[in-house]
Amino acid sequence: MALTKEQIAERIARELKDGYYVNLGIGIPTLVANYIPPGIKVILQSENGLLGIGPFPEEGNEDPDLINAGKQTITTLPGSAFFDSAMSFGMIRAGKVDLTVLGAMEVSETGDIANWKIPGKMVKGMGGAMDLVAAAKNIIVAMMHTNPKGESKLLPQCSLPLTGVRCIKKIVSDIAVLDVTDNGFKLLERAPGISIEEIKSKTAGKLIVEGEIPEMRF
Amino acid sequence: MNKVVANAEEAVKDIQDGTVLMLGGFGLCGIPENCIAALVKKGVKDLTCISNNAGVDDFGIGLMLQKKQVRKMISSYVGENAEFERQLLSGELEVELIPQGTLATRCLAAGYGMPAIFTPAGAGTEVAFGKEIRNFGGKEFLLEYAFEAEFAIVKAWKGDTDGNLIYKETARNFNPLMAMAGKTTIAEVEQLVPAGELDPDCIHTPGIYVKRIFQGVNYEKRIEQRTVRKKNQ
Repeated sequence: MALTKEQIAERIARELKDGYYVNLGIGIPTLVANYIPPGIKVILQSENGLLGIGPFPEEGNEDPDLINAGKQTITTLPGSAFFDSAMSFGMIRAGKVDLTVLGAMEVSETGDIANWKIPGKMVKGMGGAMDLVAAAKNIIVAMMHTNPKGESKLLPQCSLPLTGVRCIKKIVSDIAVLDVTDNGFKLLERAPGISIEEIKSKTAGKLIVEGEIPEMRF
Repeated sequence: MNKVVANAEEAVKDIQDGTVLMLGGFGLCGIPENCIAALVKKGVKDLTCISNNAGVDDFGIGLMLQKKQVRKMISSYVGENAEFERQLLSGELEVELIPQGTLATRCLAAGYGMPAIFTPAGAGTEVAFGKEIRNFGGKEFLLEYAFEAEFAIVKAWKGDTDGNLIYKETARNFNPLMAMAGKTTIAEVEQLVPAGELDPDCIHTPGIYVKRIFQGVNYEKRIEQRTVRKKNQ
């Protein structure tokens, strides 16, 4: 069975290490916050100027001056800090953020990513995505492997306007975990019950399959 | 020295058609609500607005867009405003979408007296088109220029009569950078106090950057996405 969005987030959360500062993009990546492994401390960075994003407030306690990058009301945690937008992107560009998780419309076999524009249809803007992919040392993409039409989103080359080039190293999709290597996508794990054949048929870019490919366990 | 003006109408009195303006805020958080209302009332038009977002259809900069007062927006994300997206796709509104970090740092550069910065954001994408590119340590960086804005309109939590400002929580965002960058900075604050009441150690924006300050009124502080958790979750 292909993974749910929650399961994609849960699998990504397994990559978190104690003491990590992490930026989670909007969409599936925000769900990663719900699966932080017990016993480790991870500090979430919000690009609009907060380190230490807490849970959503209880009803009645919403503070309009306290929101995340997705404009949702949040709270803080012990150890939180506020700062301005230049410092926020400064810490991102200077490599202080240990892990960035974001979504994608397309990823290429050389690690290009497109996730901000569909010309003529959707031009909401890139927000912080270009800064994050240009500077982050550790990026995981959370994405569906195919689009609603069933077409592969893991391509030889992106067809949509790019967010960044040669920057993606790891992908967790609804059917697979893959690395992006010098020779293309490398299959690391498959979703429970999903065959290698299915993953091959849904990956338009170059796919390396070597040895036993274990199933993800939930 | 008298920096205090009576209200938003006074503060924006000399903003003319065709001006380049910076407006603080991230989404609807930390936006200068009073000044936006005053600009709408004044009817000034043909504006170039540098602001991270465009508000929502009926609040924030969205109000100025509804009245067709904006000729050009320089922003990083405009997803919350359907009217904006419509004006953009139809060509009525000129839009420059730039990476959020670039937007913030171009304000910082202006405020720090640096004519330009180098950033990796957008290298290899359409954002790099027509720009000078330099290689540092094997990586591509784009040359981006400091913004030049006639006016910067910022929102702060507390301010004093000398123009010193303190921001609150995530309402800070672009405000401190724009405060430094604008040729004339107008600050609207929730609490205006006499100079001497704010602890000098706690000032986020020193008053040297602020030309005009006023006590704001009737803040709506609209929430875009009210998200809550159940009690005891």
